Amino acid sequence: MSAVAETPQAPPMAPMRRRSVTGRKAADLVVKVFSWVGALFGIAVMAFVLYEVMIRGLKAWNVAFFTQTWPLDPMSTSGGMANAIVGTIIITAGAALIAIPIGFMAGVYLAEYGRNGRVATSIRMVTNVVMGVPSIIVGVFAFAILVKPLQHYSGFAGSVALAFLMLPVMARTTEDILNLVPNELRESGLAMGAPRWRVTLRVICKAARGGLITGATLAVVRVAGETAPLLFTALSSPYWITGLFGPGGYFGGPVANMTKSIWDGAQSPYPHMQALAWGGALFIMVFILGLNILVRLLFQRGKEW
Amino acid sequence: MVDTKVDEPTQIQDGEAMVVPPRLEVAEDRRGAGEDFASLADEITVRGLDFFYGKEQALFGNTIEFKKNRVTAVIGPSGCGKSTHLRALNRIFNLYRDQRASGEIMFNGTNILAKETDLLELRRRIGMIFQKPSPFPMSVFDNVAYGLRQHYRLSRSELSMRVEHALKRSAIWDEVKHKLNEPGNALSGGQQQRLCIARAIAAEPDVLLMDEPCSAIDPVATAKIEELILELKDKYTIVLVTHNMQQAARVSDYTAFFFQGRIIEFGSTTNIFSCPTEKQTEEYITGRFG
Repeated sequence: MSAVAETPQAPPMAPMRRRSVTGRKAADLVVKVFSWVGALFGIAVMAFVLYEVMIRGLKAWNVAFFTQTWPLDPMSTSGGMANAIVGTIIITAGAALIAIPIGFMAGVYLAEYGRNGRVATSIRMVTNVVMGVPSIIVGVFAFAILVKPLQHYSGFAGSVALAFLMLPVMARTTEDILNLVPNELRESGLAMGAPRWRVTLRVICKAARGGLITGATLAVVRVAGETAPLLFTALSSPYWITGLFGPGGYFGGPVANMTKSIWDGAQSPYPHMQALAWGGALFIMVFILGLNILVRLLFQRGKEW
Repeated sequence: MVDTKVDEPTQIQDGEAMVVPPRLEVAEDRRGAGEDFASLADEITVRGLDFFYGKEQALFGNTIEFKKNRVTAVIGPSGCGKSTHLRALNRIFNLYRDQRASGEIMFNGTNILAKETDLLELRRRIGMIFQKPSPFPMSVFDNVAYGLRQHYRLSRSELSMRVEHALKRSAIWDEVKHKLNEPGNALSGGQQQRLCIARAIAAEPDVLLMDEPCSAIDPVATAKIEELILELKDKYTIVLVTHNMQQAARVSDYTAFFFQGRIIEFGSTTNIFSCPTEKQTEEYITGRFG
């Protein structure tokens, strides 16, 4: 006989009673309405924040805002945030320079070499914990290792604090993105007789480059608006950064930055200072929005592989 | 009611009439038919190969010889271990920690399963084509040049000469000669697979392992690749894993039938397809299961 199973006979069953459709339709409607209300509420709150910041911030945006330093005299109506903008860019760039290469390599290790090994699992757990650490603790940590022993605040200490926040984000996004690359590509590379590092860097990372750039940008976005880590490290300054060393330099002293200046301005009783803070808030928002748009564009390009 | 199990073809009862579908045509020029198997040179000799995925054993004492300049097809139902066997031959399984092989795979006078085997050199000599075309994220030219650059020191003109030759041998030159600088994954699926073949043969291996190379591409491209296999065998030893029995019958000289991790039968393709000695082989090639 052939190896074909017989069609199973249905056991005796009573005809099935239909359930009413009305109840399910009503439930559908309720869920739909609630989700709409929730979404609208969320968007409304955000729109309100954006609107306030835009209206108040735009008033502060003038030539002086982008060209002059923080006013020394709180009563004056001149002055701007130019030195803070430059400082934030330098501190963030410094953090990116430290965290992106290290985080990238850590991610490569997790995805390509460690995989499910014991070391990789513990590193992964540590990065998860570090990602959850409040940023002010990171600030205090940087204060303890770089500010206290050296007896002075510095932009570099700020960069280190921000880098500490970026590292786990960079490592995990790198790992996630490399894991998206199909194993066939790894096998193909190895099957050509190429060593593992070469396959990883020249084939796998090249295939994933769009996503890797996105990950790095996201890590920068993550820290660009941080205030707490800078309170104890870069502090703030009414002056331009003067260079690398010396009391006004990146390594030698406090460096002006956006978030701390916003904090100072918002604390101030003087209307002009408050206006500057609003302008700074708007600038940071636009800056982060710009980075996000950049990420989107890169991500679309990254999908092509 | 008799409990019939579809997946256990050994339980066929004698005495019952069965309809035997027509046998597959085996092309007449198959060299497997008349030649003296024992007198042919072995390219790869496998003895007692066991393979494990973690604790699960997938291959049981596989013993087989792959003859020089012959196409050996490996057939069998899904999960029978044919890909696993192939992946042991260039030790690509070493990418995964929990996979291990024991036994002996003799190639070029050494047991490649030994710890001290130089995997880079092994893989230069044993190339592999995968089921899914996997061009590297680089240009057509760089794809083919990948292995050449990896293993040889070549002048620019020699490099491009060899890339062109590999593409010509892979019957894809005419389709890509004006697209050498375009990304490899912009080609069609069938073209990508031939590009991968060109990439593999450019570095002049001795053996080509093909793991279901046509299962992800259309029939026209499949025909082209089969033709290519027939052309390549004068220079390379080819091991072809396929779930397509017609393909095995069309292109191979020798065929091994795998079932549940064991090699049930191995012989000339003509014999396997016209008078298999094992019942399981017969049932499989006549389409009774698998």
